[in-house]
Amino acid sequence: MTSSTSPANRPDKKYWLDDPGNVDKIFYGLALICIGLFLTDLFYHKHAYFAFEDWFGFFAWYGFLCCVALVLLAKQMRKLVKRNEDYYGD
Amino acid sequence: MINGLNPALILICGSLLAPLLPRGIVRNVFMLALPIGGLIQFVGLPEGQSAEIVLFNLTLVTLRIDPLSFIFAVVFLIAALIAVIYAWHLRDDLQQTAGLFYPGAALGVVLAGDLVTLFICWELAAVSSVFLIWARRTERAYRAGLRYLVVQVGSGVLLLAGVIVHLRVTGSITFEHLELDSPGALLIFLAFGIKAAFPLLHNWLQDAYPEATITGTVVLSAFTTKMAIYALARGFAGTEILITIGTVMAMFPIFYAVIENDLRRVLAYSMNNQLGFMVVGIGIGTPLALDGAAAHAFADILFKALLFMSMGAVLLRTGTVNGSELGGLYKSMPLTTGLCMVGAASISAFPLFSAFATKSLILAAAADEGHWVAFLFLLFASAGVFHHAGIKIPYFAFFAHDRGIRCQEAPKNMLIAMSIAAALCIGIGVFPQAFYTILPYPVVFHPYTTSHIINQLQLLTWSALAFSVLVRTGIYPPELRLINLDFDWTYRKLLPTVSIRVWSMLDRAWENLCSAVECGVGGFMDALLRHHGPHGKLAATWPTGSMVLWAVVLLGACLVFYYV
Repeated sequence: MTSSTSPANRPDKKYWLDDPGNVDKIFYGLALICIGLFLTDLFYHKHAYFAFEDWFGFFAWYGFLCCVALVLLAKQMRKLVKRNEDYYGD
Repeated sequence: MINGLNPALILICGSLLAPLLPRGIVRNVFMLALPIGGLIQFVGLPEGQSAEIVLFNLTLVTLRIDPLSFIFAVVFLIAALIAVIYAWHLRDDLQQTAGLFYPGAALGVVLAGDLVTLFICWELAAVSSVFLIWARRTERAYRAGLRYLVVQVGSGVLLLAGVIVHLRVTGSITFEHLELDSPGALLIFLAFGIKAAFPLLHNWLQDAYPEATITGTVVLSAFTTKMAIYALARGFAGTEILITIGTVMAMFPIFYAVIENDLRRVLAYSMNNQLGFMVVGIGIGTPLALDGAAAHAFADILFKALLFMSMGAVLLRTGTVNGSELGGLYKSMPLTTGLCMVGAASISAFPLFSAFATKSLILAAAADEGHWVAFLFLLFASAGVFHHAGIKIPYFAFFAHDRGIRCQEAPKNMLIAMSIAAALCIGIGVFPQAFYTILPYPVVFHPYTTSHIINQLQLLTWSALAFSVLVRTGIYPPELRLINLDFDWTYRKLLPTVSIRVWSMLDRAWENLCSAVECGVGGFMDALLRHHGPHGKLAATWPTGSMVLWAVVLLGACLVFYYV
């Protein structure tokens, strides 16, 4: 590992993201943007190829559900496929 | 511009000359001049230009420039140029030679107009690329390289067999569209499928790429899989089975990517997922879909190189790319963080970034042709890729929990290489219509419609929300120092275990057979010794006595048979 003594690299230097309150702000900001984009469906005409695309907020909740399903299934899959790092002996 | 000179030869011959030059600035400038010279030479060649060699009554077309080969050749040369800059600090003959020879061979594949030239370049690319893995000079990399080489050469052997059958039946070696049911085509299709990392043929990619050197992985990520995509687009466009294959390819790697700890391996799974999109496009086979496949291959080479370069810089500075050991690096490597996030936004298809303009061509083509199942799965995969490549990579490397690692920013040459790739990613996203002019087929497509922008933003922001909720609630699986079994388990564990067992069974059976024979022969010898040995009863009489005895026995037997 390469170490540096530049001021920006001081371990004790505090960054904006080091404050958990600011991380919360980002999260709530993201949630607000999500709600805003969800409601945008009220205000424009969709150029849908398929009928399901016209369902209200389809892309929003489909994306959310897919990601939750992805993580939950991957967690179950990990139980089956995980092995120690030296499993193959190299 | 030299009339008829194949730009692949500039890279191949130049790479062989490079080690003869003194290490340092002289060699680096020479190496930089090769892809630039190749690019100038290539762009200067007129479309439709071809070069032929006659060999054993076969006419080999070593240079074919048409719209499909053009776009792949251009991006290959750009990728080679970026790789040279990224590897500017290297003083390693092996990596420097392989790092340009291999792109040259891949360029040869793309420019090949016949199947024999294709095969030769295919194998040259396979053999030269393995040195980028072996150059890491560890036992682990050596073994990974061997496995990689076996698979790659295996693909070449299948290709050769397919070409021979095809030649025997059709009498032609021209590389044009092939029907899957035509003789030899299935073998050629499988050969392409191995390099394109079809499901179950894919694991060489995730096995080998993360084991290569820092610069080696960047070079590897650009060429082998994309030349297979080119070959599929040329040979098997519109082959419907590719839609199913591509959809599976886009889906299954994202599950592995979520639980993988090695961030370069996460990117290898992510590459498999992106290749799936391209394969679906080729399977649909309409001009829009093929444009989508070519455009996305172009974009993928750049954003994947950018992501691999950023992880390479992390590996160089911290000595690891394991998510479980990283975090908080944005404090030490802010520029690398920013550039990585450009790559992440590009692969995730954020508006104003490359994949927004390229992946949407494939999705629109799938929708145009009414493939709603594939469309839904590709949408799932789009959310998934944002999840693991767009968020997970930058989050676990640069943000997440600060592990207290304080290191230097990436070297200048790496930052320049990453900046070029990032600028191109943004350029494609911001000026899609200019980019579309180099696509193989004329296309009228407008990615920046209100509907498309909002729908894509909805998909991405809500995926980000899902990630945030899962991390904050502790449901998101932590990064652990573990490996995950994939299909390579069959040839790394199952096959060796079964073959060792079968071998030991055969060994035991052979031993038993030997001991049985030994026992039988030994018994016979003992009996012989007992009767005829120094103390045997029969040895006590004269041979004439024995003869009389046996004559009596035989006469007695005759009498008995006669009587019966």
